[in-house]
Amino acid sequence: MNFLAALAQHAEKATEHAAPAGEAVAHAIHVSWLWLIPLFPLLGAALNTAFGPWLQKRYGKRANHAIAIGVMVLSCIVAEVAFWSMFARPAHERFFEDHLWTMWQSGSLKADLAFALDPLGMVMTLIVTHVATLIHVYSVGYMADEPAYWRFFLWLNLFVFSMLLLVMGSNFAVMFFGWEGVGLCSYGLIGFWYTDIEKAKAALKAFVVNRFGDFGFIIGLFILFWSLSGTWNAQNRYVPEPGLAAATLGAPVQRPRVSPAGVPLGATIEFRELRNQIADESSGMAGRLGAMTLFGLPVLALIGICLFVGATGKSAQIPLYVWLPDAMAGPTPVSALIHAATMVTAGVYMVARLNFLFALSPIAMTVVATIGALTAIFAASIGFFQYDIKKVLAYSTVSQLGFMFIGVGVGAFWAGIFHLMTHAFFKACLFLGSGSVILACHHEQDMRKMGGLAKYTPVTRWTYLAACWAIAGFPWAAGFYSKDEILWKAWTADGLVTPWMGQAIYVVGAVAALGTSFYMFRSYYMTFTGEYRGGHGHEDKERLEDPHAMAAHAHASDAVQAPSHDDAAADVHQVPHQHDTSHGAQPDSHGDAHGHGGVPHESPRAMTWVLIALAVAAVVSGVLFGLPKAWSGHEPLLEHWLAPSLPAAEKVPFRETSHATEWLFQFFGFGIAAVGWIAARAFYLDAKSTVPERLKAAFPRAWGVVFNKYYVDELYQATVLRFSFWSSRALYWFDQNVIDGLVNAVAAVGRGVAYVDAAFDQKVVDGAVNLLADAFLQGGAKLRRLQTGRIQAYLFGALAGAIAFVAIQYVIR
Amino acid sequence: MSSIGLPHFLIVGAILFALGMVTVVTRRNAVGILMGVELILNGANVNFIAFNHFVEGPGRLTGQVFSIFVIVLAAAEAAIGLAIVLAIYQTFRTIDVEETDLLRE
Repeated sequence: MNFLAALAQHAEKATEHAAPAGEAVAHAIHVSWLWLIPLFPLLGAALNTAFGPWLQKRYGKRANHAIAIGVMVLSCIVAEVAFWSMFARPAHERFFEDHLWTMWQSGSLKADLAFALDPLGMVMTLIVTHVATLIHVYSVGYMADEPAYWRFFLWLNLFVFSMLLLVMGSNFAVMFFGWEGVGLCSYGLIGFWYTDIEKAKAALKAFVVNRFGDFGFIIGLFILFWSLSGTWNAQNRYVPEPGLAAATLGAPVQRPRVSPAGVPLGATIEFRELRNQIADESSGMAGRLGAMTLFGLPVLALIGICLFVGATGKSAQIPLYVWLPDAMAGPTPVSALIHAATMVTAGVYMVARLNFLFALSPIAMTVVATIGALTAIFAASIGFFQYDIKKVLAYSTVSQLGFMFIGVGVGAFWAGIFHLMTHAFFKACLFLGSGSVILACHHEQDMRKMGGLAKYTPVTRWTYLAACWAIAGFPWAAGFYSKDEILWKAWTADGLVTPWMGQAIYVVGAVAALGTSFYMFRSYYMTFTGEYRGGHGHEDKERLEDPHAMAAHAHASDAVQAPSHDDAAADVHQVPHQHDTSHGAQPDSHGDAHGHGGVPHESPRAMTWVLIALAVAAVVSGVLFGLPKAWSGHEPLLEHWLAPSLPAAEKVPFRETSHATEWLFQFFGFGIAAVGWIAARAFYLDAKSTVPERLKAAFPRAWGVVFNKYYVDELYQATVLRFSFWSSRALYWFDQNVIDGLVNAVAAVGRGVAYVDAAFDQKVVDGAVNLLADAFLQGGAKLRRLQTGRIQAYLFGALAGAIAFVAIQYVIR
Repeated sequence: MSSIGLPHFLIVGAILFALGMVTVVTRRNAVGILMGVELILNGANVNFIAFNHFVEGPGRLTGQVFSIFVIVLAAAEAAIGLAIVLAIYQTFRTIDVEETDLLRE
């Protein structure tokens, strides 16, 4: 991929002149094969769902991963074809769309199942497919012992499918499907070993915390949709679009207005249409949105902040970052793929995707950048004192995501995406390296029981070191270019609410970068230098005085808490350590089944090759894609490539400064990284220094607070969770007493009315009927006396009648 | 004193009817009642003949034919009535109509 991109630079220059400059409106090129990219992983997931267990039993695990990796390779190929055909077009034509069908239409809301690729989506798609393929390969080695092998790969494939929906969706609806889909897969993979209650809890925690974020996301989406539709009168009050009700009933939707430049205006959830409406100066949409308020608040800031709440959930920012460290309960490849390289960057991607929207609101931008900076330093400080290697990496991920948000927040959208990309490489490499270390130490995650691994696992050591250089920011690796670009842009940022905000963010970011360098090299030295501290009979004094063990809560895979070493091993060790020797990808190393406490060993080749590939990418991608303008005189390759997707990039103001200043800042950034490295080396090389111990003893209280992650989990427990439980109890009480009381009262009233009604019925209605019947009975009893049965009596009657008749006749006459 | 005219015959017929009526109403013997019925019918016959003679004219026979019919009817009635009386006697061992009140109530 790097090679391709290098080629890209040449062709780029050739086409540059042909493309009309400053093309604000993006026109879509319709292609019909984009759906293949997400289809293949879905197919793989479907196959492993339907036939996985049978295949595993019949043909062995080889069949499962052959399917999973095969579909990923196919997906990669289509993604690369897409890249080349996009690359062959001039910049303003790099908007591919593939419309499959309309999912639903209601009024002016029209949601299509459609995929779109623009330069930004293309970068993300390439990162997702390629890193995912590498991690699939790595998983072959790492998960070789797993009985439910097929389930792991089906979740991985499903995750890639969801992530591609998120990245390639041409509208908010498809993106939201992907957004929820990756959350689901994350849940399924964190809780992959669901029989461990702590892991199941971690999965649930991730899922629930993300719901909070998704709530903000969808509210922001609603406000955005609302603010785009309808019309506004002079007082900026909303007037519903005429004919909206008729349209809902099936009448043809009238796309209301068209801007002078030919851009249809009105409510839409399509990213490209939205972009055009705002980017097209003649539409006046930007001004109208800027003037709009909702409940007295500027609507653009509301939209930006609500959408950013969604990003804080998915991308683990303050205050919703708490799920990510616990998500390390999942298998390590999952941590690398989902919780480092791809899924957690979805929030950054979303902000970059909507750059034109965020750039309109300095408030939203400031919020994004500030939260990013705070998260960066906060998570970095927690990373200082963690002993679980995966926890260190988890907090470092949170911290690096904070850097990305600084980038997109100050308006350096391309730098945020650049850091996303380099981070995907080096953090995947670090996580996979930690997985390799964990496997080498027989499922031990506590760095105090590692040490001296450099001579046992040379490949892992060198790749880990390369990734450490990258994340710490040394100019010979990629992270330097992306992180310094972000910090530099923060320093010069001029589009935030206050002029000094950028500088403040820079200072915070620089301190966080110093911390990053320190804790990453700390983890490196604790793991790879000194003597191997694992094995039997090793009693760790430090753990006994560990305040974390006394903390009320327990975390999944936190081996620190186990009372003794043997228990710790048993806790962490989920799968039997019997490796499948018939496995093609790993003929050596694991086959000689040595027990726990034996010497560490290098991982199988399926894993080491992936580590090498990622380490190479982590080193060279920075120079290839993001060589600073101060060095080369050209704008960085990635910035140029992303420019069509980031129409707002030109509009965000930055202060003009000389190249010399930029050089100075870059040198300062390098100095920060070096200081962190030197400090970590002094403290942790070969585990010789006693300074960390003495510092810990000198400030036990401060150390405890940081070690226990500032008690944020406990804070959540005491506030959100307690409130949640309290309110559920209160609602239960309300339900039991008030609602049930109301129902019972209604029932009682009903019974009373029924009683009165019954009495009336019985006494009055029945009485009347009986009275009538009685009257007839009585009358009959009287009358039947006439019926004597004597013939002569009747004759008397007849005679009397005749006489009477005659007499009456006579009288009347 | 003029010759005997229609009213005289009608008076005789009425007397016969009245006697028959009184017989039917007062007699307790069933056979007696039947005999009263015969008197009533014959009272009617007197009326038929008288009306035929004084109203229709001497050459006409309408009243006589009616009378013959009534006599035949009376014979039939007497036969059936006596048969019923016999049946009543066989059932009740009496022909007193005061006793034969089985249908009352």
